Amino acid sequence: MTRNILVVEKILSANDRLAAENRAIFDVAGIKAFNLMASPGAGKTSLIEQTIKRLLPVMKLAVIDGDIATNIDADRAAAAGAIAVQINTGGECHLDAIMINSALKQMNLHGIEVVIVENVGNLVCPASFQLGTHKSVLIASIPEGDDKPYKYPGMYRGVDALVINKIDLLPYVPFNMEYFRKGVEILNLGLATFPLSCKTGEGLDSWIQWINSIAKA
Amino acid sequence: MHELSVTESILEISLRHANKANAKRVTNLYLVIGQLASIVDDSVQFYWDIVSKGTIADGATLHFRRLPAKLACLDCKHQYSLGDNGFSCPECKSDHVKVIAGDEFFMEAIDVEN
Repeated sequence: MTRNILVVEKILSANDRLAAENRAIFDVAGIKAFNLMASPGAGKTSLIEQTIKRLLPVMKLAVIDGDIATNIDADRAAAAGAIAVQINTGGECHLDAIMINSALKQMNLHGIEVVIVENVGNLVCPASFQLGTHKSVLIASIPEGDDKPYKYPGMYRGVDALVINKIDLLPYVPFNMEYFRKGVEILNLGLATFPLSCKTGEGLDSWIQWINSIAKA
Repeated sequence: MHELSVTESILEISLRHANKANAKRVTNLYLVIGQLASIVDDSVQFYWDIVSKGTIADGATLHFRRLPAKLACLDCKHQYSLGDNGFSCPECKSDHVKVIAGDEFFMEAIDVEN
């Protein structure tokens, strides 16, 4: 006899449950966690270096670095002065809550105020996997082009803040800021946006203030 | 591409519900995927045939129901599906619009045999 069973369960519910556990670990330790997502080459690691440099004098930071194969990014974060843990996803295109959970279990969280998670460079998959972080941040960059919100709506839709990196390149590449911002607006009305340049330092202050205000909240 | 881990979750959920119902076999799975959920049906199907092998869901058919992305115009209140002409409101041409649906991804139901 064939029977139909009503399920109605989110496919990623197992990941979501573990993300909630990660959130509890952060909260108990008094940590605010940020999930940084971007395409490869947008400047995730550069932004992390700049953020560490500016925040290190006032708070203890840790970085969890997701990468398919290397330690390059974690080494850069450690060189900048943060506690850094590398996760090699072994080919997986995104970090998930399980990977963050095992990273947290090997870290001494005592005294840490901010954890920055550097996701795998990818504008599609990381958007689907909750990690348990408090804020999701997308780093766009000028050379990627102004059409990215239209092409990767899932990513632009799910974030709490948007960094627009490499604004020092605006005079040299075709990038219609109005068209770009219109796409962002449609997908994520009122999104906190930080145009900046990790190279020149322009605009970094407002970004640091935002991180700081959330860390102290 | 994360369809392998997604497919493993689909298997886990279907087996859990089938076991709870003391089913001998899972024959059909009904999945709902929003247009913005970035899941490729064909890849899920490909992995499904591999991961379900040897389980009570081996050979079960996957049914995908696609939900269109829905937008609402904040100016004229018109609601519409994502079409070929981009995000703008087809009624009043406004760009002041909001995405209200399209990132769903869940299992609706399964068919089982006792």
